[in-house]
Amino acid sequence: MTNPPAAWIRSIGLIGPGMADWPACAAILAGDAAWSPEKTVLNAPEQLPPAERRRAVRVVKLALGIGLQATTAAGMDPSGLATVFSSSGGDGVNCHQICETLASDDRQISPTRFHNSVHNAAAGYWGIATGATAPSAVLCAYDGSFGAGLLEALAQVRFDGQPCLLLAYDADYPEPLRAARPIPDAFGVALLLTPEREANSCGRLAAKLTDAPPDTLADPALDALRCSIPAARSLPLLEAIAASRSGRVVLDYLAHARLAVDYTA
Amino acid sequence: MHPLLISAYTASSCLGRGLEPLREAMLAGRSGLKPCDFETVSLPTWIGEVEGTDDQVLPASLARFDCRNNRLAQLGLVQDGFADAVREAMSRHGADRIGVFLGTSTSGILETELAYRHRAPDTGALPATFNYAGTHNTFSLADFVQHWFGLKGPAVVVSSACSSSAKVFASAARMIASGLIDAALVGGVDSLCLTTLYGFNSLELTSSRACRPFDRARDGISIGEGAAFALVEPVPASMPRDAILLLGYGESSDAYHMSSPHPEGRGARQAMDAALARAGLAARDIDYINLHGTATPSNDAAEGKAVKGLFGDATPCSSTKGATGHTLGAAGGIEAVIAALAIRDGFVPAGAGTTDPEEGLDYVLATRRQPVRRVLSNSFGFGGTNCSLILGSPA
Repeated sequence: MTNPPAAWIRSIGLIGPGMADWPACAAILAGDAAWSPEKTVLNAPEQLPPAERRRAVRVVKLALGIGLQATTAAGMDPSGLATVFSSSGGDGVNCHQICETLASDDRQISPTRFHNSVHNAAAGYWGIATGATAPSAVLCAYDGSFGAGLLEALAQVRFDGQPCLLLAYDADYPEPLRAARPIPDAFGVALLLTPEREANSCGRLAAKLTDAPPDTLADPALDALRCSIPAARSLPLLEAIAASRSGRVVLDYLAHARLAVDYTA
Repeated sequence: MHPLLISAYTASSCLGRGLEPLREAMLAGRSGLKPCDFETVSLPTWIGEVEGTDDQVLPASLARFDCRNNRLAQLGLVQDGFADAVREAMSRHGADRIGVFLGTSTSGILETELAYRHRAPDTGALPATFNYAGTHNTFSLADFVQHWFGLKGPAVVVSSACSSSAKVFASAARMIASGLIDAALVGGVDSLCLTTLYGFNSLELTSSRACRPFDRARDGISIGEGAAFALVEPVPASMPRDAILLLGYGESSDAYHMSSPHPEGRGARQAMDAALARAGLAARDIDYINLHGTATPSNDAAEGKAVKGLFGDATPCSSTKGATGHTLGAAGGIEAVIAALAIRDGFVPAGAGTTDPEEGLDYVLATRRQPVRRVLSNSFGFGGTNCSLILGSPA
């Protein structure tokens, strides 16, 4: 059997509750800063043309925000980068509005809401914002969406020998869908993966399936965040990166399998 | 890339269940579209409905997945001995060495649309029977199929609108090459729902009659539904001469607009170029192009420019969406199966519904019986997501 697919982590972008960016999150995970979980702040990036800035829904702002953090941190032009977008759902508010309209007497939904409803809305806006014409994979594996995205991104890096930007992100639904899918807030993480070690790489990772149970976080509040937002299932890996701690971390993935991620700082 | 063997395949659409009605319709140039009578929808448009979808009964242990999309998935899985082929592959490779890569755009969102009609008057809550994870969530399709077989490998849904079930072939090829799996169950399922019918209507992209791809009088799409599946494996040491191979794929992004293609077909050209390069082929090596051909004025104009620029007018081409309707997230899979049939049985399918095609292409109006060795199939989607596949027979 061949070695599990592996890649170097060039940079990280992150936005979450009380976490404006990756340095802020890393300080919290390393125990150097206290976490005050305030509601996630999302902004439409300057790179979008005015019409798209107005139309950008929460998951779009979240995905573009983490992606641009990662490419800016690496000083890398995003226009040539292949991307993997992975999330448990599209935009919750947008979905709720469409379902409300379709259940009403006047079913005429707005064209903008319809095109914002596709699961690949964030990938489409990313292309418009950055000019990236490279391939983009857009995935969903429910609570395992981070793991599914990581496997796809690692396979791409190995197969194509090119850098790949992984973006895993989820945002909350309003009621009544929130009761059925209780994601409390928005969280997203972007990993810029490269086939070779580069200056300022923050470690190397390789992944394969395992039967082992997932790692948890010692801090109960942070572990609750891990369990409540699919993209935050990445936190045990991010904690190892923040602490420069080499070793194996096990991440939640599917009902029958977890991901064993071997991280080398 | 190393070619991959497509060792089993099946497709169900408004033309019927499994390969035989699809093959017969392609040979006859027949369409399965009809005026829209779906659910309570009142729109002046045509649809491609799979008869009997809601009669499918899911296994009791998988009741949480019950929705039109997963019923259609099950209807599709049991055609043409496909499920048996998957079970045979499981015994050969092991359940944990087969990945599931399926495309859908709307999954079981119809369940949510219906649930919103039955919210509690006082609290606004959805009915207690509503199951988000099993139906609405985009992953529901792959989750259901994985459980239906008892597969234990990686599983994912690709949801990039109308390129979804073409791009699953690319994801599967990469995952096989990376060594994580030995085989992949790929395909796509999308089913009729109100979001897409009213949504495409809001964009004024639906036709009031059966769609006419690449016709000079085309005026929009007809939405269809369908299920297509294929089993993809590394090429074995020996294989029959009539084997069907995945020779290449190419992917690109338009980076242009959310609901309109790049007017010059830039992304389409990039995807086709990449597929040819990965297959190690030139344009002249392609015997037939199955166009994305949605029948919207803008898609067909942009795709036509890209195809003309790369192939000139020498390569026979058609869109089969006049027969199947636009099955959205299932379209790439269904059209890959049509490509496989064209190679297996030696025909270039007519583009049903079209009578006065745009000039400058060899657009096929009547099915031609002729040897077909390699087919390029295009699938492009909202958000500017593009994928071209090349299927062929062994060299």
